[in-house]
Amino acid sequence: MAKMKVEEQEKAKTKTRMNGSLMLIEALKAERVEVIFGYPGGAVLPLYDELYKAGVFHVLTRHEQGAIHAAEGYARISGKPGVVIATSGPGATNLVTGLTDAMMDSLPLVVFTGQVATSVIGSDAFQEADVVGITMPITKHNYQVRDISELPRIIKEAFHIATTGRPGPVLIDIPKDITTAEGEFDYDQDVHLPGYQPTTQPNHWQIRRLVEAVSQSKRPVILAGAGVLHANAADELRQYAEQQNIPVVHTLLGLGGFPADHPLFLGMAGMHGTYTANMALYECDLLINIGARFDDRVTGNLKDFAPKATVAHIDIDPAEIGKNVPTKIPIVSDAKAALQELIAQQGKSADTAAWLAQLDEWKRRFPLHYEPEAGAIKPQKLIEMIYEMTNGEAIVTTDVGQHQMWAAQYYKFNRPHRWVTSGGLGTMGFGLPAAIGAQLADRSATVVSIVGDGGFQMTFQELSVIQELQLPIKIVIVNNQALGMVRQWQELFYDKRYSHSLIPNQPDFVKLAEAYGMLGLRAKTEAEAADVLKQAFAINGPVLLDFHVRADENVYPMVAPGKGLHQMVGVKACEESSQ
Amino acid sequence: MRRIITMTVNNRPGVLNRITGLFTKRHYNIESITVGHTEIEGISRMTFVVNVDDERTAEQIIKQLNKQIDVLKVNDITDQAIVARELALIKVSAPPSVRQEIYTLIEPFRASIVDVSKDSLVIQVTGEPDKVEALIELLRPYGIKEVARTGTTAFTRGAQKATTNQKTAFII
Repeated sequence: MAKMKVEEQEKAKTKTRMNGSLMLIEALKAERVEVIFGYPGGAVLPLYDELYKAGVFHVLTRHEQGAIHAAEGYARISGKPGVVIATSGPGATNLVTGLTDAMMDSLPLVVFTGQVATSVIGSDAFQEADVVGITMPITKHNYQVRDISELPRIIKEAFHIATTGRPGPVLIDIPKDITTAEGEFDYDQDVHLPGYQPTTQPNHWQIRRLVEAVSQSKRPVILAGAGVLHANAADELRQYAEQQNIPVVHTLLGLGGFPADHPLFLGMAGMHGTYTANMALYECDLLINIGARFDDRVTGNLKDFAPKATVAHIDIDPAEIGKNVPTKIPIVSDAKAALQELIAQQGKSADTAAWLAQLDEWKRRFPLHYEPEAGAIKPQKLIEMIYEMTNGEAIVTTDVGQHQMWAAQYYKFNRPHRWVTSGGLGTMGFGLPAAIGAQLADRSATVVSIVGDGGFQMTFQELSVIQELQLPIKIVIVNNQALGMVRQWQELFYDKRYSHSLIPNQPDFVKLAEAYGMLGLRAKTEAEAADVLKQAFAINGPVLLDFHVRADENVYPMVAPGKGLHQMVGVKACEESSQ
Repeated sequence: MRRIITMTVNNRPGVLNRITGLFTKRHYNIESITVGHTEIEGISRMTFVVNVDDERTAEQIIKQLNKQIDVLKVNDITDQAIVARELALIKVSAPPSVRQEIYTLIEPFRASIVDVSKDSLVIQVTGEPDKVEALIELLRPYGIKEVARTGTTAFTRGAQKATTNQKTAFII
C-alpha cells in the first residue's frame, strides 16, 4: 500500500515535468485565456509548435502592432487581460507602441516575447534586442526568464500584476532555450510580492471628509474617468450621483461610465469637451475626481483648472493623487469600493438645485453644434447617423484625431465597455486592430471602427484578419483627405501653412476592400451615406465604408493649447433650440 | 531642495536600471546613488540624493518609486536624525617636500593615506559630503590628480529626537 502511494506520488511528479513551451500553454489554460494574438518567428517556434498541438485559439495578425492593439481592444471590452506573443528582435520591438498605449490607458496585457538563447544573450546575436531594457519604462513590470524553474512563478505573477491595482501591461521575455528546457510545473502556488500590495479599500476617515465636503458644497461636480470602468463601478456611480444630485462629466476614456442621456450628465470635458462640462469644472466649488488622472487634455492650463474648487480624488494609484492637481481629500481606493462606501455613508445631501438649474441653462443654450449642409457629408452628421443606425448599442473603436473627437461628442454612450479609443498615447492605427479584439471579446456585439484616412493606412493590413475570421466589423473611414487634426491646428495656429498634412491622392479604399475580399462602399453625399450605411448594417459580415466628408470641417468647441477650460472657442449660443 | 531618500529593493537583475530609468523618464535630477547588500539575503539598500523644486515633487518621486514591484520600502529621511556618510579617494601631487604639510592638513579630518608613490599620495576620507568637499578644497592647491567619490549612503539614527518631523511616504 505504502509502496503504491510512493509510486503514485512519483508518477504525479513526473507528470508535472514538462518543457517551457508546454508550461506556458498550461499556465494560459489555468488563467482561462480564450484567445492569443500573435505572430511567430524563429525564437518562439518551440512555443508555436506546442500551440499547434494544444489547439489553442490564436489570431495571426499581419503585424505585431496589430496583435497588441487587438489585445487592448479585447481587454477593454472583456475586462480580462489581453495576451500577446511575438518573436524576438523586430517582433518584440514592434510591440513598443502598443505597450506604451496600454500603459497610458491602464489596460491589462500579458505579453510574451521570444529572446535569443541564454548562451548568446549580449552577443548581438541574430534577432537579439534588449527587450527588457527597451520596455522597462512602458510596462507596469517586466521579466526575463533566466531559469526554467522560474517560469511558472513569473507567469503567475505577471497575470496578477497586470490585472490588479491599476491595470497595465506586463512583459515576459523568454529565451529560446527556456522554451525547450524541462522543469517542474507547479502553477498552484500563491503570489508573493511584498513590494506590490495595492490599496483597494478606502480610508474611512477620508471618505467622511468627502461626505462632509459634499454636504457643504453648493456646486459639486464629479469628473469620472476610466477607473470607473476598470472597477465595474458604473452602477455605483449612477446611484451615488442620483443620491446626492451631483452632475457628472466624463473624460474621453471614461465615456459610458455614466449614461449619456441622463439629466445629470454634462458631457465630455477637456480640449473638445462640451461648454457645460468645462464650465462646470471651472465654476464648481467641489470637484470629485473618480478614476481620472487629470491628463492635460482634460484640465487645459492647470493655473485655471477648477480655481474655486476643493479637490477630492479617488484613485487606486496613489501616485496619481496630487501629481498634477493639488488634492485636499485624497482617497486611495478602487472606484467601486469607494463609491459603495460613499453611498452607505450618505450624509446630508448638498443643495444643488440652483447649480443644476444653471447647468441646464448652459446645456440648453450651448449644446454641441454644427452647421448642417446639403450635398456634403458633415462628419458630425455621419456619427449621428451611425448612432441612430446602431441604436447607440455598438462597440465603437477609433484612432486618434478629428474623427475620434466627433465620435466622442456625437455617439452617445449609455452603457460601459462600448467605447475603445487610444486616449493617453493618441495612437494612429489603433482603431482597426482594436476592433478585432473587441469583436472577439463580444461576438454578438455590433462593432464599428471609426477611423481617419491617415490612421487607417497605418494598420490596414489587419483587414486580412477581419476577412479571414469573417468578423462583421463595419469600418468607417472618415475621409477628409488630410491628417485632419494636424490640418486643423495648422489652420488655427500656423497661419494655414498645411505642411505635409494634406493627402489629396488617397488610394481607392473600395478597391482595397475588394482586394482583401470584403465589400467596400463609398459615399460622397449625405443621401449616399444614409444609403450605404443601410446596406452595410444589413450585411452580417465585414464592410469597409469610405465616406468623403467635408474636408475643411473643424472640431469645435475647442480649448486652445495653454488656455483654461473657460476660454473655449467655437461655442455658439443656441437660443431657440433645446437639443 | 536636497532630499535624502533610502529604500530597500529586491536584489534582482535590472533593478538599478529600473530606478534610474524612472528618474530619467520623470525628469528628476539625481545627485548621487549608492547601492549595497543589507543584512537580509536578496535585499539591497539604496540611498540617493536628489534635488527637487518642492515638497510635491519629493512626494511624487517617493510614490513613483513605491509603484515599482521590486521596491519594498521607500523613506525620505531628510528631516530625521540621520548618519550620512560618503567615502572619497583623492590622489594628490605630493613631492617629498610637501608630504609632511599634507599629512598635518588631513589629520583634523581623520583622513588617512592609503597609497604613496614617488610624487603622489592617495588620501581616503569618510564623512558627510561637506567635510569631503572641504578637504578637497584644502588639497586643491597641491594639485589634485584624481578624485573618486562614492556618493552618500545614509541611515536613520537609532534614537530619534522627539521633535523630529517625520516624513511619510503616503499622504494617507
